[in-house]
Amino acid sequence: MGFMKLFKHVLADDWGVHPDDHKRPAADQPVRVMPVPAKLYLPLQQHLGGAARPSVLVGQKVRKGELIAEAQGMVSAPIHAPTSGTIVAVTEITAPHPSGLTLPAIILEADGADEWISLQACTDPFALPAAEIGQRVAAAGVVGLGGAAFPSAVKLIGASRAKVTTLVMNGGECEPYLSCDDRLMRDAAEGIVDGIRIMLHATGALVALVGIEDNKPEAIAAMQAAAALYPTVQIRPVPARYPMGSEKQLIQVLTGIEVPADGRPADIGVIVHNVGTALAVRAAVREGKPLISRLVTVNGHCAANPGNIEVRIGTLAEEVIAFAGGLKGDGIGLARRVMGGPMMGMQIPHWRVPVVKGTSGILAFDTAEVAEQEPNPCIRCSSCVKACPMGLLPLEMSARIRNEALTDAIELGLKDCIACGCCAYVCPSKIPLVQYFVHAKGELAAQDRAKLRTDATKKLAQQRQERLEREAREKAEANAKRKAEREAAAAAKAAAAPQEVTS
Amino acid sequence: MTTSSLAAQPIASPHAHGGNSVTSTMFRVQMALVPATLYGFWLFGWPSFFLWLLTILSCLGFEALSLKLMGVTRIKRTLFDGSALLTGWLLAMTLPPWAPWWVAIVGGFIAIVIGKQVFGGVGQNVFNPAMVARVALLVSFPLPLTQWIMPLPLNTVAAPDFIHGLQIFLGNQAMPDAMASASLLGHTKTELARGIDLLHSLSGEHGALFSLIGTRAGSLGESASLLILAGGLYLLASGIITWHTPVAVLAGLAIPAAIGHAVDPAHYLSVSSHLLSGAAMLGAFFIATDYVTSPNTGRGQIVFGLGIGFMTWVIRTYGGYPEGMAFAVLLMNALTPVIDRFVKPRILGRDRKGKPLDIPESKGA
Repeated sequence: MGFMKLFKHVLADDWGVHPDDHKRPAADQPVRVMPVPAKLYLPLQQHLGGAARPSVLVGQKVRKGELIAEAQGMVSAPIHAPTSGTIVAVTEITAPHPSGLTLPAIILEADGADEWISLQACTDPFALPAAEIGQRVAAAGVVGLGGAAFPSAVKLIGASRAKVTTLVMNGGECEPYLSCDDRLMRDAAEGIVDGIRIMLHATGALVALVGIEDNKPEAIAAMQAAAALYPTVQIRPVPARYPMGSEKQLIQVLTGIEVPADGRPADIGVIVHNVGTALAVRAAVREGKPLISRLVTVNGHCAANPGNIEVRIGTLAEEVIAFAGGLKGDGIGLARRVMGGPMMGMQIPHWRVPVVKGTSGILAFDTAEVAEQEPNPCIRCSSCVKACPMGLLPLEMSARIRNEALTDAIELGLKDCIACGCCAYVCPSKIPLVQYFVHAKGELAAQDRAKLRTDATKKLAQQRQERLEREAREKAEANAKRKAEREAAAAAKAAAAPQEVTS
Repeated sequence: MTTSSLAAQPIASPHAHGGNSVTSTMFRVQMALVPATLYGFWLFGWPSFFLWLLTILSCLGFEALSLKLMGVTRIKRTLFDGSALLTGWLLAMTLPPWAPWWVAIVGGFIAIVIGKQVFGGVGQNVFNPAMVARVALLVSFPLPLTQWIMPLPLNTVAAPDFIHGLQIFLGNQAMPDAMASASLLGHTKTELARGIDLLHSLSGEHGALFSLIGTRAGSLGESASLLILAGGLYLLASGIITWHTPVAVLAGLAIPAAIGHAVDPAHYLSVSSHLLSGAAMLGAFFIATDYVTSPNTGRGQIVFGLGIGFMTWVIRTYGGYPEGMAFAVLLMNALTPVIDRFVKPRILGRDRKGKPLDIPESKGA
């Protein structure tokens, strides 16, 4: 057995990378709660799917937890006022988006009272029908707090339809520097386990597997203690390896099943939620509280006092950093501002960007950390091939993209790329591989859109052609008919005429 | 898409790097060659040192010249990434230690200009530059490339001193006949051609144990098989190379050798003679593992390595040349794009042909 294991290990393609996690000392600091800032900036698009539609007017007074923008479309999430105050504008602001482009947002001026609307609590969520839980989660605007920000209710409701058997809870937090999930699991393990049980109830899944990377022993211990009474909630330590927290990888490690390339986890009876989401679900269902705050890790060499801060959604990163203790030397040596983790997070142009529901970290990196360098030519060392968790050939794909051969890149699996960044992380030539892939995917999306447009135009032109032909045909037919009628009439006349003569 | 449009975009993730670089990789490979090289210097004296030095300088010089001719503005950056230096070093490891100076110059020219830069420089060449030079030299100048000498360790009286070594290197001094020797593979090939079988030809100074220690005629990289092996194990341990290529090369050589030797020990050399002779170790750990000219995937590297090992055995046993490693490497280099085309990793969620895995019926929506 041991030999077979070793043999398998030697043969297995060892995916992923092992970056320095840089999680401590930030992870060991107690959570600090940040007071409500004077103004909150709430982008309407904080989640995957359709942007929310404002349901308030400028000048309107709102209370904490009040709906200010409602979900729009099948996949969307509503937004709630994180504190009480006055809506001062609905305008465009710089949002957490790598382009640095502006996005529509609601600006709320706090009144300092921080006064709740009346909340609809629920003492026994297990007595509620599953659909009701889904509705409560949807109404609370809960989205995946791991970073992707997919509306949680959509997954919960979909899961109960798809007969999901296993709920995979993602406590991996494989991104270096981030420790907000770690902190939540240490501090609020019981709440998370309660949330997980509510999710089990809502989805009809039989068991919840909580995957936690083994570099978080405190979190594992806390969660094990909290879940001790519930056999359906199983804590599963997993090896610390990036990207362990990626959906497909975590499912494979915990259940041994592979998600088909064109399928979703629900197709194999699994759904994945983040542990932080479980806590938000619990608050939504038990207390009726919408998602208006979250834990954010402030970290990076330039952060003077790294740690986890509980922040209202809509707080500017600038103010979060100031509250956390500012930057070392007032930002001297700051090389890059990042929202999210270092591997998949996005660079932001300045700090005046608000925390949104999916913001897990605010990172201030110095030059040494980002290791920016001009790329060298590829030496085909295939480090990227070994690192890729999806089994792709990043070096070949990037070569195709450089030659604008997108079709070839797709054949090599461009669409399977999860942009985890392992390839660029290990590349000795420092080639920005992810940049190539993101660019190519953008190009593909643009091509698809252009194709849709030309198809629509073609269809219109075709319809017009058909209409013209039909009209011409009808006209000809009518003419022919009339002519026939005329001829028939004339013939009848002619036939009638001799009768007249004879009569 | 142009590179300028890429550069104009904001910097994509990841915002961290593992710290690996081309230069550090090349440096570690060079470190792995140091023990065998120093041992070679001790064994073959000053001429071998001069040859080694000039081969490297020649490679660096031709690299710089090519870059300048191609209009590269930042020559230093590419020149000192260590790749040209390593090519020169590896080439020097395969040459007869007392080869004259012009072999180093011509070798450097062939390796860098013809073997590498005409293809587009680092990362673009199809064939291993050092092996291109090795084979071109052997075919063009068979005499100086097959003149091996007996080891004359530096502490022996007959060993040439600095000045004498320089004279030998510059070709002013004819090599004394007494020092001339043949490598084990060359010796057995000649003897077999003369009708003397292995049982008799190997009874003298060419015993296998002798070659195990390494004190025998051959190139720098040939005499110190065990030190090369140690360097190779260091490369494996530090993750510069994976086990696939070297194990496959050695297996591809050892398996037919074992069968042949079992069938007819008088005509087929034993496994240990094959593995410890010629460029087997150097080839398996340092030549065949060249990133640029070997396949991308572990499975591909196994196919590649087995091919090299097997062809080396075939050329050594049936071919006209006593050693076949360089030819075998070049042949398999040519096949590398084909191997890469057919041997690809399996994409997660897809089968080997790239089709998505089936969605289980019972769970389907």
